[in-house]
Amino acid sequence: MSALPLLEVSSLVKHYPAAVAVDGVSFHVPEGICFGLLGPNGAGKTTTVEIMEGILTPTSGEVRYRGEPLGPRFREEAGILFQKTALQDFLTVRQCIALFRGLYTRGLEVEEVIRICALETLAGRDARKLSGGQQQRLLLAIALVNDPAVLFLDEPTTGLDPQARRNFWQLVESIKARRKTIILTTHYMEEAELLCDEIAIMDRGRIVAQGAPRRLLREHFADVLLELPRQDFPPAARSLPLRLMDASDRVEITTDDLEGTLRTLLAAQVPLTNLRIRPPNLEDLFLELTGKELRP
Amino acid sequence: MMRRLLSVFHARNLEFVRDRGTLLFTLLLPIMLVIGMGFVFGGPQRPLFKVGLLGASADARAHPFLAERYVQFVPLPEQAAALHKLTHQQIDLLVDFGAGTRYWVNTDSPKGYVVEKLLLAAEPAAHREPVTGAALRYIDWLFPGILGMNMMFSCLFGVGYVVLRYRKSGFLKRLHATPLTAFEFLCAQVLSRLTLILFVTVVLYAGIGTIIGFHSAGSVPLLLLLALAGALSMIALGLTIAARFSSEELVGGLLNLLTWPMMLLSGIWFSLEGSPRWVQWVAHVFPLTHLLDAARAVMLDGAGLAQIAPNLLYLAATTLVFLGVGAWSFRWRIE
Repeated sequence: MSALPLLEVSSLVKHYPAAVAVDGVSFHVPEGICFGLLGPNGAGKTTTVEIMEGILTPTSGEVRYRGEPLGPRFREEAGILFQKTALQDFLTVRQCIALFRGLYTRGLEVEEVIRICALETLAGRDARKLSGGQQQRLLLAIALVNDPAVLFLDEPTTGLDPQARRNFWQLVESIKARRKTIILTTHYMEEAELLCDEIAIMDRGRIVAQGAPRRLLREHFADVLLELPRQDFPPAARSLPLRLMDASDRVEITTDDLEGTLRTLLAAQVPLTNLRIRPPNLEDLFLELTGKELRP
Repeated sequence: MMRRLLSVFHARNLEFVRDRGTLLFTLLLPIMLVIGMGFVFGGPQRPLFKVGLLGASADARAHPFLAERYVQFVPLPEQAAALHKLTHQQIDLLVDFGAGTRYWVNTDSPKGYVVEKLLLAAEPAAHREPVTGAALRYIDWLFPGILGMNMMFSCLFGVGYVVLRYRKSGFLKRLHATPLTAFEFLCAQVLSRLTLILFVTVVLYAGIGTIIGFHSAGSVPLLLLLALAGALSMIALGLTIAARFSSEELVGGLLNLLTWPMMLLSGIWFSLEGSPRWVQWVAHVFPLTHLLDAARAVMLDGAGLAQIAPNLLYLAATTLVFLGVGAWSFRWRIE
C-alpha cells in the first residue's frame, strides 16, 4: 500500500434547493482496499459517490485522486457501475463492451472482460434480453473494460435474487484479488461485511462511524446479543436490569456478561427455549447508529 | 479522440440499422409522399395555351392573334424571366408585338408547336427565335422539396429524440463517466445521422428520379455537397434543441415549433414568390429554405457552385452556431 491515499474526500458539501444531501463529509481511501459506504435511503451515499466519480459537482469541498483534483487521468483509470444504467438498444453483450472499450486508451481485451465476468455464453445475445443478474455482470464487465485502478459499485446487487447476488460477490472477490481499489455502496450489511475492508456509515449527509467492520463492532458492542421472541418475554421482565432493544417480532438484549444475564432471565422465569445467542453484526451497528424508525 | 468518436458512431449506426421499424419508416414515408403527389399533380393539364407578352400592351384590333380562344395571354415585362419560363414550358410561346412581331418558341414543347401555328396564321411575317428546354412539371419542382422535407424530419426528430432517450435512460450519464467529451459525443451523433441521411437521400434521388423520369440540370456532386451542408445544419439544430432538456413533451413541442413553419414557409410545397416580404424574410432564416432554393437552382436551372455559394455559406455558418450552442448547453444527465 502506498503512503498517498488513492482517493481523498475533503469537507464535501452538496446542497440541493430543498435539502442538504451531503454535509461536510471527509475520508480517504487507501489503494487496494474495498471501501464500503453504508447508510439508509437518503443518507447521501449516492450523492457522495457521484461527486467522487466526477459526475456531480459539489457545492464545496473536493475530491482528489492520487493527490490531484479529478481530471482526465481519473476518467481513464476509474470503472463505474451505477445503480441504474441503460445501454444502447439493439447491441449484443460483446458490442456493448466493445463500445466502452473504444472510449479508453488502455484496458483489457473485450474477450478477457467477457471471460472475467463469465459472459461467454451470452456474448452474442441482445443486451436487453438479459436477466437481472446477467445485466449486472455485463455492467460490471463495462466497468472493468479499462482495467480500472478504482472501481465504483453503487448498490450493485439491489434487486438480485440470492443466487445471483452470491455469484456477483464471487466476481467482486476475484476483482479484489487483483488488488483493485473498490468503493462499494450497499444496503446489504452481509455484503459489506463480506467484501469491505473498511466502511463508513452515513446518516443525514454526515459520516457517523468509520473504520474496519470488526473494529467498529468491537468499539460499539463489547458484547453478545440475545434474541427472544416477543411473546416469550413477559411485560414484567422489562423492569429487569438489562439493556433491551425492541425489534419487530423479538426482543434483543445486549450484554458483556452472558452468564449473569442468563441467570437473571431464569430467575425471572423467562422461557429460554427459543433463545438465540449471536455476536453483533453490521446490521446491528447500522441500526444502532441510524435508528430503526422508518425514514420519510 | 477519433477512436472514442468512432466507437460511439459505430454503435449508433448498429442501433439504427437494427431498428427495422424506424429504418423502414425512414425509407417509406418519402416514397409514399412522392407517389401520392404524382397521382394528385401528375394528371393531364388543362387544354389551355399560355402565351407571354413582352413589352408594351398591344392592341387586339391590330393583332387578331390576341383574340384567339383557349389562349391565356400573360404580360411579362422582363425578357430574361420570360425566356426562363419558356425554357421550362411554364408558358407555351413568348411574343413581342413591338416594331415587327418577334416570337420565341420552345421547339421541345408540343403545345408550343400548336400555338405557333395559330400565331403564324394571324401574323405570317413574325420573326421566329427558337429555344429548347424540357417541361417543368410540378412533380419536378416538388421533388427537391420532398427530399428536403425528409431530411428535415430525419435530422431534427431522429437526432433530437435519440439524445433525449439516451439522457432519460441514463446512458448519457454512463458515457459521462468515461473520457468521452460532449463535443466527441455530439460529433459522433452528427456523423452517424449524416451518413444515414446521405445514404437515404441518394437512394431516394436515384429511385424516385428514375420513377418520375427526372434528371438534374446541374452537377450531382454539387447536389451531394448541398445535401451534406443542409443535413449538417439541420442535425446541429436538432442537437441544440435536445442538448439540455429531459422532457419528451417539451422537446417534441419545440421540434414541432420548428418543423411546421419550415414545412409551410421553406417552399416545400409551393413557391414563396409573390408572398409578403416579411414572410420571405422569416423563410430565409430557416436552413431548409436555403437548402431548397439552392437545390432547385441546381436541379432545375443547372446552377453552379458560384450561384449557390451564399446558400452553402449560410448552411455552414448555421451549423457552427447550432453546434456551438449545443455543446455549450449540453447536459449529460437529468438535472
